Amino acid sequence: MSDLIETLSKPWPWYISGPLIGLTVPALLLLGNKSFGISSTLRHVCAMCVPAKIPFFQYNWRSELWNLFFVLGIFFGGVFAALFLGGTDEVVIDENLEAELLSYGINNFSALVPADLFNFEVLFSLKGFVLMVVGGVLVGFGTRYAGGCTSGHSITGISMLQPASVIATVCFMAGGFFCANLIVPIVLSW
Amino acid sequence: MSNPPQRERSATIGFYFRFLSAGVIFGILLVKSEVISWFRIQEMFRLQSFHMFGVIGSAVFVGIISILIIKKLRLRTLDGEPIHFVPRRFHKGNVIGGLIFGFGWALTGACPGPLYAQIGTGALVVFVTLLSAVVGTWLYGYFQSKLPH
Repeated sequence: MSDLIETLSKPWPWYISGPLIGLTVPALLLLGNKSFGISSTLRHVCAMCVPAKIPFFQYNWRSELWNLFFVLGIFFGGVFAALFLGGTDEVVIDENLEAELLSYGINNFSALVPADLFNFEVLFSLKGFVLMVVGGVLVGFGTRYAGGCTSGHSITGISMLQPASVIATVCFMAGGFFCANLIVPIVLSW
Repeated sequence: MSNPPQRERSATIGFYFRFLSAGVIFGILLVKSEVISWFRIQEMFRLQSFHMFGVIGSAVFVGIISILIIKKLRLRTLDGEPIHFVPRRFHKGNVIGGLIFGFGWALTGACPGPLYAQIGTGALVVFVTLLSAVVGTWLYGYFQSKLPH
């Protein structure tokens, strides 16, 4: 048993985790005809809490409660994985990236989310504000404007062979490539 | 919304528990596959690692095959209901919103799903990112009629 836990505690290779992630599509369909797509939960939270008579938030969000339970589960899954399947190895990253990050003073690679960047102290700096608040707003605004994120468009949409989802995914990647290579280095150097 | 009206009996604790459980499994998957890692996302966008492309690519592959199987065998849900597929129609938001999301993805190193998982692993400050994402969605709703679609 402890051998099993130890094996599961190492990072899982893409050819195992990828297909399993893909199975989420049929799983949710079979569980109740639900379409796998997580960014809509951001919309449901708005509709639940602050609809403010905005047309986009006037709909029966109660029929989408399943998705809020799903992301609550994701949260608990994160807790479980961190507590019991955490492993103690540092994240092994590409040496070029490591060198680049070291030049910005980032040298803590012990967690999946860089502790040197994502903490409350950095949050109150311009760098942290851009990474977390501006970044977050862009994610929330962009995913709903696009009508989905990687789960809704890239995985579910492309699985349904929808051209709109292919286009959306290409744009996700284009935006990400541009920002990660041209803007993130600037922000990290602040 | 796209889903047919819920029947009273499906709004039970058991019904929602299915999705909570699926979410837990998915959350574990996100963490162990390192999809939630800001480092992996940076590597992906710098073409320094195949990992993320492998994850997304194989996920799509499995997704395509499973939907084909569901359609061919006309599989039904656990409750015996037929499975519907709602097509997604193209609009300009796919492009503009897509690019904007891509920007955010590179900065935060996370798309919406991973945000929930990251908080679970103890990166509590990501709750601020999640809250910002909710604000971002709200802003979209507010400006929706003024944006090109």
